[in-house]
Amino acid sequence: MAALTGLEPVAAVAKPPARPRVWRGVVFLLAAAYFLIPLGASFWYTVHTPVEGVSLSAYGELLTAEGFVRSLLLSLGLAVATIVLVLLLSLPAMLAVRLFAPRLRPVMEMLCTLPLVVPPITFVAGIGTSLRVGTDVLAPTPFWRTIIAVQDPGFPVVLVLAYVVLVLPFVYRSLDSGLRTMDVRTLVEAARNLGASWPYVVFRVVVPNLRSALASASFLTLALVLGEYTVASLLGYEPFAVWIVTVSGSAGQLSVAVSILSLLLIWLLLLAVSTVFGREKQK
Amino acid sequence: MSRTRSKGWLGALPLLAFFALVFGVPAIALVVGAFTVQGRPSLANLAQSLQGGYLNAMIGSVRLSAVVALLGAVLGTFLAHAVVTSRFTLLREAVLTASGVLANFGGVPLAFFWIATLGNSGVVSGLIGLPSGSLYTFWGLVVVYLYFSIPLMVLVMAPALDGLRPQWREAAANNGATAWHYWRFVALPVLTPAMLGGVVLLFGSSFSAYATANAMVGTVVPLVTLKIASALTGDVLIGYENIALALSLDMVVVAGLVMAVYLPLQRRSSRWLH
Repeated sequence: MAALTGLEPVAAVAKPPARPRVWRGVVFLLAAAYFLIPLGASFWYTVHTPVEGVSLSAYGELLTAEGFVRSLLLSLGLAVATIVLVLLLSLPAMLAVRLFAPRLRPVMEMLCTLPLVVPPITFVAGIGTSLRVGTDVLAPTPFWRTIIAVQDPGFPVVLVLAYVVLVLPFVYRSLDSGLRTMDVRTLVEAARNLGASWPYVVFRVVVPNLRSALASASFLTLALVLGEYTVASLLGYEPFAVWIVTVSGSAGQLSVAVSILSLLLIWLLLLAVSTVFGREKQK
Repeated sequence: MSRTRSKGWLGALPLLAFFALVFGVPAIALVVGAFTVQGRPSLANLAQSLQGGYLNAMIGSVRLSAVVALLGAVLGTFLAHAVVTSRFTLLREAVLTASGVLANFGGVPLAFFWIATLGNSGVVSGLIGLPSGSLYTFWGLVVVYLYFSIPLMVLVMAPALDGLRPQWREAAANNGATAWHYWRFVALPVLTPAMLGGVVLLFGSSFSAYATANAMVGTVVPLVTLKIASALTGDVLIGYENIALALSLDMVVVAGLVMAVYLPLQRRSSRWLH
């Protein structure tokens, strides 16, 4: 059998389908075990206690839990503000680069990738220091009020600013792929030649064509801001993710229940992104 | 038109100004603070950040990220290959969607999932008789970090594996190549850029992870992000903030080095996959 007959390659081609199927099954089984067991175990953890048996009370407690509504509303507010600000800043910039300043494009690309390279915790370290120094330096000037207002615990604008930087890479990527699908220059020139004003061009011509890209950018931002812990906790604020950690000390079941809900939320958001994009593709 | 053309780039100005303020100022503050001791320029912070417990934490972070990146890359590639070659479209879609969700599922909730599963009073740890505290170790963290790293790798590798043309395999087979030859000389070289990209991505995400580690191990496992956080939140003496800044600078340098290794490799790449 060891002799090369020239027929062997043919045999080798014919054989593989049988073997990989077993191998594939093993891979899928192991992956399923690794990824599904924690899901199931966590769910069991939230519904079962040795004393009470099985009950859904952990999920019921959620709404009445101290701080749940407040922290969730804060997170949602931060998310909305971040979405608005990041779109207001990045969309005109990306249009301008595309239409008038192609040479700025590598700069823009680099700026919008930079936040991915820099670990968030180092960014917080820098922000914290700037705020402290800034408060001292600006104390004699009218700007002092601004820097204090930015840190208002009721609605920390500083978090919005930080989040805009953190989500910029993701927003840039989805807007860039959205802009790729349309001929921006022709569209804009046509609209301008027909006498449309700039705001009209942006809101009635460009934005409708970018709907799915804008939606996916917004959903991604929402998911990121709702789950963000590092920046908020180190700057001393308590949005949703920080609240979960606070509550986990006293109510373990509750915190796991919230974790399951947040996984569901991410899943729903991504589903929304993919259906929005899927619809776009069908057009 | 020429007038608008010359002014058009102004649309980019708000973003540039914003970036200079919100990213630039903290970056400058970071660098200046890292090189300052009691108001004077000094290298003492950096020197201290590379000694003793701080150095251990840095080494621990790099080791953890490297282990997670390599394991995640290998396991993720296997899973991606199984997915891509599977004939069941539904299974394929399910795994890819789940990967999209789980790759984005990190932070605090992830830590609680695993604590509920394998923690001291976890559901599974009691069943399999896991010694208490074994989740809150280096290898415990590896197991937990793989939960988002493997899906991330699947997302990176699935399109690359899809790009492997069946004809290449047939051509190789017709020339007498075995499956091993095919992988060694055809598939792996083509996949290398994507795999390297995945490894860098995985390394970066574990290296900068803080929320999961903080919620899970506290300070049991020395990690640089945990050290920075404890130095920043001021549960230690005044003046340690600048150590935090020096440590942050070290982190940025490590992350930058990893990117610097990766970018040139990536540039030579993807000739075959488009």
